[in-house]
Amino acid sequence: MECENFIILLYIFVLAIFAGYQVISKVPQLLHTPLMAFTNAISGISLVASLIIAGEGRNTISSILGAVAVAAATINVVGGFLITDRMLRMFKKKERAKA
Amino acid sequence: MNAYNLLAGIDLRQDAYLGALLIASLLFLLGLRGLSHSETARRGMKLAAAGMFIAVVGTLLDKRIVSYEWIIGGLIVGTVIGVPMGQWIPMTKMPERIALSHAFGGLAVALVGVAEYTNHYMHLGHFDTGALSLEVVLGAMTFTGSLMAFGKLMGVLPGRPQTFPGQNAVNLTFLGGALAILLFLTARPEQQMFFYILLSVGLLLGILGVVRIGGADMPVVICLLNSYAGLAAAATGFALYNPVLIVCGALDGGSGLILALIMSRAMNRSFKNVVFGAFGARLLVDPVATGAGGTVHEGTSEDAAELLKLAGSVIVVPGYGMAVAQAQHAVRDLADLLENAGTSVRYAIHPVAGRMPGHMNVLLAEANVSYDQLFELEAINDEFQRTDVSIVVGANDVVNPAAKNTPGSPIFGMPILNVDQSKAVIVLKRSMRPGFAGVENELFVQPNAMMVFGDAKKTLAEMAAALKKEG
Repeated sequence: MECENFIILLYIFVLAIFAGYQVISKVPQLLHTPLMAFTNAISGISLVASLIIAGEGRNTISSILGAVAVAAATINVVGGFLITDRMLRMFKKKERAKA
Repeated sequence: MNAYNLLAGIDLRQDAYLGALLIASLLFLLGLRGLSHSETARRGMKLAAAGMFIAVVGTLLDKRIVSYEWIIGGLIVGTVIGVPMGQWIPMTKMPERIALSHAFGGLAVALVGVAEYTNHYMHLGHFDTGALSLEVVLGAMTFTGSLMAFGKLMGVLPGRPQTFPGQNAVNLTFLGGALAILLFLTARPEQQMFFYILLSVGLLLGILGVVRIGGADMPVVICLLNSYAGLAAAATGFALYNPVLIVCGALDGGSGLILALIMSRAMNRSFKNVVFGAFGARLLVDPVATGAGGTVHEGTSEDAAELLKLAGSVIVVPGYGMAVAQAQHAVRDLADLLENAGTSVRYAIHPVAGRMPGHMNVLLAEANVSYDQLFELEAINDEFQRTDVSIVVGANDVVNPAAKNTPGSPIFGMPILNVDQSKAVIVLKRSMRPGFAGVENELFVQPNAMMVFGDAKKTLAEMAAALKKEG
């Protein structure tokens, strides 16, 4: 069973890499810093793994490790999306004052 | 293993959970696609945030979660630290902030791996253990490596590369050792001690890997750390059979890698050279041999303003010095005056200007510069020869003609902005100290170049005042 699961996961990984490459290579240099902040925010998805470890109540050490992981991942999710939004709001095309 | 079996029979709750993860994955991809245009970027970001919300709520409803107190504690602490990190960090500190967040990403992933392994090592399969080991070593490496990068950017740690004899051999030994332990653990999942050795080697590798990297190579390193953080998350997905972690990890890892490739191409250097080269340390190049050495034409802010008054077209070339002096608003003020006088103003942004990809764009956007005035290297490089005045604000190596003219120069071959071809060049610089690469800049002794020494922000303000007075 382990092996079949692994192959399904590998499919997902390879397809995601391909789709990601298509999308990311179209991001202009202008938006590269927001891109980093954005991927930083979505890498906070490790939150979904941390939540389960913090909440499955296996033992105290495990819960503590999980809670610290939840905190670290939440920092990236919350901080990452906030700062991406802050940056993207600044990228505007302005009406230039006519000379 | 407390993961779902993807091939298990029908279980409505599990199907709903996997469905939520699928929707989240799609939203992340759509969100990224939005970033290909500045008009759609914010909508994309909101889609991704919605995806994150769905994934988290779906997980919270999971039947494996039996208690919520630790979760709530973690969420509160994370939010209390995350909000200021998103809301109040100034744009000039963006590289530091991104480095720090990679450290948090690595930490979260490494901790998940340690907890998973410690809870289940007696009955873990080979693949699972291999994935967990990879996750932990990458996570640990990202954690310490990013903290080192953060320290260097903050100036707490020395920014120059720290080298010692045999450094490459030591690093390669540790890397090989980590690989050997990883393979061993995959074969013998119950060998608990080796797992913790691997964790320690991962922490050490992050320190060793970044200690030798200097400031100007930071853009590449930050991208690589971004990539490692993503790959670590993907490995977590493999270990926990969690598709959304794999998708996000692949997107994050791929994005970091693409950016790192763009950055090293813009420096005309291979990855290997960045990681093993320790650029800034070995540069004891004789300045005379590089062809520089000559008379520097020094001017005052008033002289520079005089020059600008006669100019019909101006290109501003910002560099890391603009970020250090926080001069982006002063640049904008000066540009406004020039534009009001009918002068065309454009900005030329070198891909590696600053300390991270897109660093200059964000600073100028913060100062309200319209993004259609920001040009990439290829788009503007032929325009310099038709330009009256170029203003170089705290950039150095990216405008050094030695990259084109001096085959012996360490930066030879690097694509540069052709500032030297414009009719006149005003260089704002703190002192004659060479740039990061430690190479003398031929541009500064060219007859058409005028050096104005001092704090860029102050000089720009003085130039603006001089323009106003006479205009």
